[in-house]
Amino acid sequence: MSLSKQADEGITFDTFMEGIWRQNPVFVMVLGMCPTLAVTVSAENAISMGLATSFVLVSSCLLVSLIRNVVPKEVRIATYIVIIATFVTLVDYLIQAVSLKLYEALGAFIQLIVVNCIILGRAEAHASKNPPLKSVVNALGMGIGFTIGLLALGATREILGAGKLFGITLFGEQFQPWVVMVLPPGGFFVLGGWLLLFSLLRSRKAAIEGGHSHE
Amino acid sequence: MNDSVSLIFISTLLTNNFVLAMFLGLCPFLGVSGRLDTALPMGIATTFVMLVASLCAYGLNQLLGYFNLEFLRLISYIVVIASSVQLVEMVMKKYSPALFRALGIYLPLITTNCAVLGVALFQTAREYDLSQSLAFSFGGGAGFTLALVLMASLRERLQLANVPTLMQGTALSLILAGLLSLTFMGFAGLGAGE
Repeated sequence: MSLSKQADEGITFDTFMEGIWRQNPVFVMVLGMCPTLAVTVSAENAISMGLATSFVLVSSCLLVSLIRNVVPKEVRIATYIVIIATFVTLVDYLIQAVSLKLYEALGAFIQLIVVNCIILGRAEAHASKNPPLKSVVNALGMGIGFTIGLLALGATREILGAGKLFGITLFGEQFQPWVVMVLPPGGFFVLGGWLLLFSLLRSRKAAIEGGHSHE
Repeated sequence: MNDSVSLIFISTLLTNNFVLAMFLGLCPFLGVSGRLDTALPMGIATTFVMLVASLCAYGLNQLLGYFNLEFLRLISYIVVIASSVQLVEMVMKKYSPALFRALGIYLPLITTNCAVLGVALFQTAREYDLSQSLAFSFGGGAGFTLALVLMASLRERLQLANVPTLMQGTALSLILAGLLSLTFMGFAGLGAGE
């Protein structure tokens, strides 16, 4: 799909769904992995991080899209970074005010949202070329896709590593937690496992479609 | 915080390795680790940016604290990091154009390397003084380079191996990284007796 064609099209359902399924930031593009892996030790942390990132993503895409014709091309990346950093500072203080416990659990990773490749990537690839409403819809989809990805990882790691989901114990007392899953290596293993699952599904789908075309 | 300089260095290099234990700087870790001869320069360039960023962040933090402008911390850190990356880019373009081309897009992307911003943020959060900050950033950079080089060596060997088609690509890299991370957990407790 060429870029000019993309800009000419109106807002379609795909503008929204793109981030959730076809271009899912976690499972398909494998972007923004540092927060993805670092904070997903529990489902609760994962959701909070996903929501914080989505907020920054949507608001910075809106602003970037609004000023897209004013900013000179040479300084655009610097401008985007400053915009993103401003919103992240906002979220940082907001979380600190709302829940100190959450703030301590996420730690420096809230501030590290600034360098999350998804946000800069979306600002550069989509918001800087499209009208505000469309980029907000797209950013919202991306944000939700990212949150779903984080939740999938966080839930898997929490269930395997602690036998809990959202802090509620799932199994009986005999359950032996698979501790390594909540430790750093577990993050890599679980994301690797999810990617494997997705490539398995993709190859199955391709095999089925290939089979049909032969008939 | 009054950890000794050497303890900070060893702990960021091995026990709390930036990439394998703290998940910082994963994008270049997975992106540039395909070949050993680009992994090493990338690690060194990142280490240099980290040292500069850490030094600037320390100075900036004092300045912002003096004027009570702490809410500008994040924005000013990012600007400082972006400028130092630009500096490294210019130096590398002049003295080693081949390397500059090999690193390609990953060089400007050091700006959005979480490890660099992470150094600045963590040293502020832990209230390190100047020498501690430098040890922290140097250890972090060396740890990043170590992880990158190890990963690149593994992946170079893997190119000769017969891997199931499904596993190829990112999934395999992630599982490898997990194994590497598991190995590094063996360093846990190092220096804890002090």
